[in-house]
Amino acid sequence: MSNFEIEIEPKFDHLAMVRSVLSHALAAEPVLKQERMQDLRLAVSEATTNAIEAHRDNDVEDSVKISISIDDVGVSVVIVDRGPGFDPGQLKPHPPVTDPERLEYERGLGVTLMRRLTDECLIDPTPTGTTVTLRMLR
Amino acid sequence: MPVIEPTFEVARYGAWAVMRVSGEIDMATAPKLRQHVQNVTARGLDGLVLDLDRVDFIDSTGLGVMVGAAKRMRMSDGALRIVCSQRHLIELFELTRLNEVFDLFETLDDALADVPSGEAP
Repeated sequence: MSNFEIEIEPKFDHLAMVRSVLSHALAAEPVLKQERMQDLRLAVSEATTNAIEAHRDNDVEDSVKISISIDDVGVSVVIVDRGPGFDPGQLKPHPPVTDPERLEYERGLGVTLMRRLTDECLIDPTPTGTTVTLRMLR
Repeated sequence: MPVIEPTFEVARYGAWAVMRVSGEIDMATAPKLRQHVQNVTARGLDGLVLDLDRVDFIDSTGLGVMVGAAKRMRMSDGALRIVCSQRHLIELFELTRLNEVFDLFETLDDALADVPSGEAP
């Protein structure tokens, strides 16, 4: 079993580093197939993007924390921010793809991807921050 | 593992342009892609081909830039075509159903097959 902890300043430039650390961790203990590693990499990047954005939008200078745990069952990644609490239920649904209005929406796919690409995606918002847990089973 | 900065190579093909994108597109680098797309589409093209075959990573922000590109091209009665043969990227388009919004092609030759004239990029 391996654990990795990352703390980053709330800057989008650090996203590539987070993905890189995750890739190294997964390469060291290859419990997931290549395609599922790519899926998790994207989901973690999306969750970290949201966390950084929550800090930036609310002038929170604290670090965003990312914990990676790899065990016999699979991989868990927990992303913790100190933003005001992100409620995914407040996301406005996109129009159908056949509707020309769909082209007005450039954002808002991140949570969909996090949920669709992982085996488990828990989003726990509180008034003092949000904890996102992403899990991929072996 | 080094960070792969994106690059954007643009070539004209008749009244169309081809933009070859490489590297990683995320919230940090998507503004560069958006700026390049805006610069190219401001030239009044009949169509734009975004070649993503050398893209190593793309997130929802990058997909959003493509939605914006599709909108810009549609507003000027132009076309947007995307070249993408990487299985993972194709699945991403399918997962978000953006494959129903974009015209996807496996190769650049396929994307330009019915585009008249111009030197090959």
